[in-house]
Amino acid sequence: MTDTMTRPAAPARSGLGTLAAPRGTATKVAANVVLLVIALCFVLPMAWVVVASFDAQATLSFGLPDAVTTANFAAIMTPELTWLPLWNAFVLSAGSGAITVVVAVLAAYPLSRYRMRFGKYFLYSVLFGTCLPITAIMVPVYALFVQLNLLDSLPGTIFFMAATSLPMAIWMTKNFMDSVPISLEEAAWTEGASAMQALRRVVLPLMRPGIAVVFIFVFVQAWGNFFVPFVLLLSPEKQPAAVSIFAFFGQYGSVAYGQLAAYSLLYAAPVLGLYVLVTRISGSAFALAGAVKG
Amino acid sequence: MAVSSRGVARVVPLAPAVVLLALFMLGPVIWSFYGSFTNTALTGPTALNPEWIGFDNYVALIGDPDFPKSLWLTVVFVFLSAVVGQNVMGIALAGLLRSAVKPVRSIASTVVVAAWVLPEIVAAFAAYAFFHSEGTLNTLLGGIGITGPDWLYSTPMLAVILANIWRGTAFSMMVYSAALAEVPPELTEAAQLDGANGLQRLAWVTLPVIRRSISTNLMLTTLQTLSVFTLIYVMTGGGPGTDSSTLPILAYQEAFKFAQVGYGTAIATVMIIVGGIFSVIYIRALRPEVD
Repeated sequence: MTDTMTRPAAPARSGLGTLAAPRGTATKVAANVVLLVIALCFVLPMAWVVVASFDAQATLSFGLPDAVTTANFAAIMTPELTWLPLWNAFVLSAGSGAITVVVAVLAAYPLSRYRMRFGKYFLYSVLFGTCLPITAIMVPVYALFVQLNLLDSLPGTIFFMAATSLPMAIWMTKNFMDSVPISLEEAAWTEGASAMQALRRVVLPLMRPGIAVVFIFVFVQAWGNFFVPFVLLLSPEKQPAAVSIFAFFGQYGSVAYGQLAAYSLLYAAPVLGLYVLVTRISGSAFALAGAVKG
Repeated sequence: MAVSSRGVARVVPLAPAVVLLALFMLGPVIWSFYGSFTNTALTGPTALNPEWIGFDNYVALIGDPDFPKSLWLTVVFVFLSAVVGQNVMGIALAGLLRSAVKPVRSIASTVVVAAWVLPEIVAAFAAYAFFHSEGTLNTLLGGIGITGPDWLYSTPMLAVILANIWRGTAFSMMVYSAALAEVPPELTEAAQLDGANGLQRLAWVTLPVIRRSISTNLMLTTLQTLSVFTLIYVMTGGGPGTDSSTLPILAYQEAFKFAQVGYGTAIATVMIIVGGIFSVIYIRALRPEVD
């Protein structure tokens, strides 16, 4: 998953081996040891989630269970506790992902293909939108949703989440589209295709991996989002897993650590899977950060 | 600007994006400025028909001891966890990864990235359990004979700062890994031949070459950390008292716990202005890529 990240570094360093040999080896050993210590510190909090989920007597501290059990998973797998919230999370994430991708592709096409006088200003606003701290606007968004009568509405929440991920999605989609050569469309144009036909038949098929990356990016963000549905969705039967897991934590979390951990693991698994998928598609473990960088 | 029919056809695909952004991004920002001058409440008659009260919310904000405290906690949180913690840790990890053997490199980067990929609520639970008085950290300290404090109550800011470094370092590590890979090896080799040691090479060759990545990353991590809510809310709830209430927590509590939506909106407006200033600086730095 991560072997591609420092690929360019390897050949550059190899020529130095003889030059810095005696001190170099000591430095390298130290670097490896330090990295392993850091990795251990980073893995400990996460390891608790995994270990506790299989432990019938889980506590808040990391500790190997006396007996491995799947009872925690069995206990939480009920429709109202797990399946409905996971389904809601899927509807929210897939819905906002689909809307975002369609709207972002449409917007990116003129921005990528035409020199427009205001295109630059639009891109500046989009960039500004990527920076806006969303938690800062949640209180006014709540007030706005009260006025628009959209509170506790799944479609309203989906459109809001699509809008908040749109700036980043437009930015990423435009960058992917810029790398599709325009000469192919020009051929389509001379055969009488309209701009939208050229976009659908020529450009989109060529940037399928890019679109997949944008969709997964939005999906993962929406899946993991806690604050937005926490504020905008009030009835338990509409809330996604992130919110219901928090409610569970408030009600039973102080006793049933094992079940909380099992629920967390179940809920986190799709995101981890999708992340691995993105690294496969884009051929780089750091695709998401690279895209975020602009 | 003359608008031909072709010109109109060209901008039509932008319309859905403009509508969505205007309604759900620009709308709340304008609403925030407007709402901060009203006495909007969570329920009751002033929930739907708020009254204009001028600068009263801002006057109350300045008089409220919680607000300067929260502003200060936000500055401390952003400075220590993002500017210092994630950036220094990120660049150190990126550098170490380059001189590590492949299995160590894979393990370390996978683990660091995993903490970043996890959904925020799960990361928050994991951090809560780790720093809890009966959590993993104190068990480990107990193993070497130290009785650890109750981190979440006695040093809540330290706990959330460390948790946020743990959660967010991956982003800086990835940005700096990409940046370091683009530093021409001839430059560092030449410096090495001239007798520069590792630290000197870092300070005089590597850092100046990647300064653009550094400034970009500083801005992005600052903006991301400014809006951290879930991690702190789950770990400490902003407490004990208001000892770890950064601005997002304070705005949430004023609006929803104490039902003062107008007052919470005034805090939100302050955050939007602070975020806006950072964004403008960041965009100015990125300008060549747009033009």
